[in-house]
Amino acid sequence: MFTIKQHLMAQSIEEGYETLVKNRNNMILGGTGFLRLGNKNINIGIDLSNLELDYIREGEDNIEIGPMTTFRSIETNKLLKENFDGVVAKSVEEIVGIQLRSVITAGATVASKYGFSDFITALLSLDTHIELYKGGILSLEEYLSEEKVPKDILVKIIIKKDGKRAAFKAMRNSKSDYAILNCAVSCLDGEYRVAVGARPGRAVVKIINNDELINNIDKKIEEVVDEMKFGTNMRASGKYREMIAKVLIRRSIEELK
Amino acid sequence: MEIKLKINGINKEVTIKDGEYLQSALKRLGFLNVRKGCETGSCGLCTVLLNGKPTLSCSTLAVRGIGKEITTLEGESVEVAKFAEVLTDEGADQCGYCSPGFTLTVIAMKRELESPTIDEIKHYLTGNLCRCTGYMGQLRAVKKYMEVK
Repeated sequence: MFTIKQHLMAQSIEEGYETLVKNRNNMILGGTGFLRLGNKNINIGIDLSNLELDYIREGEDNIEIGPMTTFRSIETNKLLKENFDGVVAKSVEEIVGIQLRSVITAGATVASKYGFSDFITALLSLDTHIELYKGGILSLEEYLSEEKVPKDILVKIIIKKDGKRAAFKAMRNSKSDYAILNCAVSCLDGEYRVAVGARPGRAVVKIINNDELINNIDKKIEEVVDEMKFGTNMRASGKYREMIAKVLIRRSIEELK
Repeated sequence: MEIKLKINGINKEVTIKDGEYLQSALKRLGFLNVRKGCETGSCGLCTVLLNGKPTLSCSTLAVRGIGKEITTLEGESVEVAKFAEVLTDEGADQCGYCSPGFTLTVIAMKRELESPTIDEIKHYLTGNLCRCTGYMGQLRAVKKYMEVK
């Protein structure tokens, strides 16, 4: 059972941050869709929903997503459908049902570095940065590589609008179930960014150059997959995931050719 | 905590516990058709409309309902009656356990999607599980109600 002793509707990010660092059992509340499945005893649950952090905006050379934006907004957003072959919107559309996607938030998923996340994998295939209230701007890859989730507030997700083409694939036992493995590949100027998640660990990214693929695409994919670790859990074995990864990466690259 | 919620167009003063979810608050207020099924956020039984959008009330904190239009089955009596008629015509009324959440989602879908394809309808309804699994009859009824071929 998950409990919240006290609920705080933060009036500013500063107030939220000060409350967060005061006690190790104080937590930022996202959509709380996943949080409620756990056993956390939260002292103060910090709610950012009054701070207008629910937006998807187009900047001069990037797209910014506010942390309180729901997956349903991401799925239906025109800007996200039109850029990168719609990979960001596509990555969330099979997540459970429309009602859950209306609840869960982009910020909570990314900040918590959920390994099962389809959304993170899509973001990772693009040039994505995140802005932390205290930690400043850093690449998503860098953020994910740190083991711990920092005591900080994610204030923005920034995707560079660089004209990448991209594809997203996931293997599920049934529609709307968690992915056994997911994969997003982007392509720009002969460089493929291959992101693989739900391994079941956090998503990782590898780069393949177009000239490496000529005549030996399978061998190159095998090399890339060899550098990734695949784990076993109740959904699938590591060996199975590894085999699936090769297929999904290959299909993604074929789609982008 | 005392909060104000607008439910089916009526403002109500509601006393909630910190961290309480909308589903349990609504149930306490007597909206017994806002059911709780799976406790994991995947069955859609507890669906209500928040500003017209189908939302899981079991996964939405009650405070997040402040300042929004909360609609339960009672708030959509005209559309509910229309859909119920089509559903029974198609012989797709079953145990009824999933009906409130399912019906609200169908009503929201009719308002949101313009002449959807069958795949779009299925995609919209994926989050509503029916324990009787009589999906074919339901789909016939939904198509008829949505006026799509």
